[in-house]
Amino acid sequence: MVAENTSKTLSVTLRVWRQAGPDAPGRFVDYPAKNLNSSMSFLEMLDVVNDELTKRGEEPIAFAHDCREGICGTCSCTINGKPHGPGHGIATCQTYLRSFKDGDTIVVEPFRARAFPLVKDLVVDRAAFDQIIQAGGFISVRTGAAPDANSIPVPKPDADLAMDAAACIGCGACVAACKNASAMLFVAAKVSQLGLLPQGQPERDQRVLAMVGKMDELGFGNCTNQYECSAACPKSISHDFIARMNRDYLTASIRATFKPASASAGGGAG
Amino acid sequence: MAQLDSRIPAGPLAEKWRRHKTEIKLVNPANKRKYEIIVVGAGLAGASAAATLAELGYKVKSFVFHDSPRRAHSIAAQGGINAAKNYQNDGDSVHRLFYDTLKGGDYRSREANVHRLAEVSVNIIDQCVAQGVPFAREYGGLLANRSFGGAQVSRTFYARGQTGQQLLLGAYSALSRMIGAGGVEMHTNSEMLDLVVIDGHAKGIVVRNLLTGAIETYAADAVILATGGYGNVFNLSTYARGSNVTASWRAYKRGACFANPCYTQIHPTCIPVSGDYQSKLTLMSESLRNDGRIWAPKKKEDAKKDPNSIPEADRDYYLERMYPSFGNLAPRDIASRAAKRVCDEGRGVGETGLGVYLDFADAIKRLGEAGVRERYGNLFDIYHEITAESAYQVPMRIYPAVHYTMGGLWVDYNLMSNVPGLFVLGAANFSDHGANRLGASALMQGLADGYFVIPYTIGDYLAGQKPGSRPSPDAPEFHAAEENIRAMTSRLLGIKGRETVSHFHKRLGKIMWEHCGMARTRAGLEEAIRLIPALREEFWANVNVPGSAATLNQALEQAGRVGDFLEFGELLCLDALKREESCGGHFREEYQFSDGECKRDDANFGHVAAWEYQGIDRAPLRNTEPLNYEFVKMSVRNYK
Repeated sequence: MVAENTSKTLSVTLRVWRQAGPDAPGRFVDYPAKNLNSSMSFLEMLDVVNDELTKRGEEPIAFAHDCREGICGTCSCTINGKPHGPGHGIATCQTYLRSFKDGDTIVVEPFRARAFPLVKDLVVDRAAFDQIIQAGGFISVRTGAAPDANSIPVPKPDADLAMDAAACIGCGACVAACKNASAMLFVAAKVSQLGLLPQGQPERDQRVLAMVGKMDELGFGNCTNQYECSAACPKSISHDFIARMNRDYLTASIRATFKPASASAGGGAG
Repeated sequence: MAQLDSRIPAGPLAEKWRRHKTEIKLVNPANKRKYEIIVVGAGLAGASAAATLAELGYKVKSFVFHDSPRRAHSIAAQGGINAAKNYQNDGDSVHRLFYDTLKGGDYRSREANVHRLAEVSVNIIDQCVAQGVPFAREYGGLLANRSFGGAQVSRTFYARGQTGQQLLLGAYSALSRMIGAGGVEMHTNSEMLDLVVIDGHAKGIVVRNLLTGAIETYAADAVILATGGYGNVFNLSTYARGSNVTASWRAYKRGACFANPCYTQIHPTCIPVSGDYQSKLTLMSESLRNDGRIWAPKKKEDAKKDPNSIPEADRDYYLERMYPSFGNLAPRDIASRAAKRVCDEGRGVGETGLGVYLDFADAIKRLGEAGVRERYGNLFDIYHEITAESAYQVPMRIYPAVHYTMGGLWVDYNLMSNVPGLFVLGAANFSDHGANRLGASALMQGLADGYFVIPYTIGDYLAGQKPGSRPSPDAPEFHAAEENIRAMTSRLLGIKGRETVSHFHKRLGKIMWEHCGMARTRAGLEEAIRLIPALREEFWANVNVPGSAATLNQALEQAGRVGDFLEFGELLCLDALKREESCGGHFREEYQFSDGECKRDDANFGHVAAWEYQGIDRAPLRNTEPLNYEFVKMSVRNYK
């Protein structure tokens, strides 16, 4: 819980990273934001500042946002050095000004990671996450081929744990928070969700090997067990899933080396 | 005048879909790869359609304005998804789900479409479980259910308060699999700005690459729009900020009819508005009404008091009082209007007086705080983030907010619009919810359309198109559409007026909410129809869109969307004006019973109104499709 400001209005200075494009030089620019209602959200404050900039003939600050209720994973600022700001278990869009004090200087930056190239101002390109999922973050089931849902019982504790992992919103805060810009928490969440469920077993080995391989290929760093990722995660996804993924990866690697493969693998009757 | 043939198959209700599937044309497997299909939008409907069509072998191109196909606002649906599984053994059946949905829609949807929806609902759950969607389970490992508004059975499947997210991520994973396999070419950050119609058929789209500003054209054999609803015409709503009507509206201007735009849903349980700066309203899932009790003080003078200090005898649990059999689970439109009436009487709570209480004190007594936390913990957390209040200690304050729109582009039974080759899925079409949608039915419809309807019905159209006959993107129609978009972009950037885009959006929203919100009147709607064109004119004379067209320019994106809302809002009000009855989410004060319930006029308005564009300065044409009820009698909805 963040210490909450009880006064109704406040004024702050925003120190915002401005960068016109991926190859342009970037710099911090200060913007005063005055007489703000403490019930205002952080992004609503940016809306107000942008409207003022527009009226002055300046270009507004580009920032990613959409649902504004902490579920779409679009918003992505680093606020005072913390991805998604001072609160725990919430996204930037769920940050309210009551978390700040009158007179504060608030530093606002994009998520910084080599695998997330900057697009403009506070907006970065997180397509690398989609590519990791495309490499194996799914269960291969054709539409229409599924058995009756209750024919696959799932023990409640497994289902609950899978849901904890599945809560990931794909925002990239874990990468931005990690000194190695590792995507281990993101990948571990998906690997664990599917690996915990009986439906995910047939592709379990192949999935973890493919997703980890893609993550490495895309330039994400490795995990050195600092757990900043979990601390920054707006869904408080536990770093325990990283350990689970490491176990999965190890056993999958061993099995991939020793598992006999059918000589006619992939072949079918003509 | 557009030809509106619903193409509902003949035969007994329960046989129609099965028979239709066996009778419509097929495309043989070797030919499927010769057809290209464009899918715009990757919410539940778009992602499931793109994935499934690619699995069948079609070449699919998927377009989203988001940076990833996992961001669509389907993700925010909290409560659940209905299916007629009858796993609870409480008397559910396909027929009952059909009937509840039809009745919930106030008898303004098509019987055959709704029955199909109920039939395929069971397949959706199977599909999602197989994909690894972590639905809630009982201790024995089988699936759990909860009950939802407008139903007397427990048929709602859920994944904590994040059902939409989990279903969307399931569809996204299926889509991702097909992207990885090369079956789908994914275009992110790409906003559809025009539909290209050649010889009367939809054959492509124009998009703006939102990162580079490039205007691009794409040709295809068929175009699918799955671009969601239009609730942001009200500015403040539970929609994501980016949700818009642009793709549907531009298709309308190319000839697709827009059906029943006045059917808008106001959700009863949202967090009340707190200030002028506000950018969105947050929904508190309807599932809370399972255990929370809605009340307002009986006496006006109690409205500002601490709710915990108001004795039981001075509280009016008005839904339980007025609708004893459904109580707090009355359908959304009914619950919303009841809240409005209470506030209009001066009994509303909170600083603005626009709020009622949703109280969990009884539930906490019955289940314990831990029990309530297990069911609704994340919702209570959301409420706390926004209001800094703990709903474990004081009742939540809620008020209705715009949440969903039942209207949309007109489609036939095959989900094809009146423009051949243009298909419309999910919330973007009008077909299944009538005048009001029941809770947990939006997710069902999106996935039904994408997984289980379009994969069959699109073949019926494509089989009539010669493989390889699609036009080249160099055709003059593509160039003309592209030039049209370039000109619009330059015009927006060239105005250099004094007001921001959001200024106009807020003003439009106020007009819409005041005159075309929960209760509508002839005079109010006529006033709105005077105000909106004037505001639109002001927008095009005085909006300031900074920056250039050659980079990421969020103000430019928003300007285009608000420009469309300024046209669309007028059509919505016109539809509301011409529908001289009350039904579901459309409530005209002139047409009500003495107890405030909707007075429908089946004889004169038992039809779909499908508006046809006639040019920028001409009034649109109101076409009608009669709703022929063969199996159910249109009756007065009764939840008492």
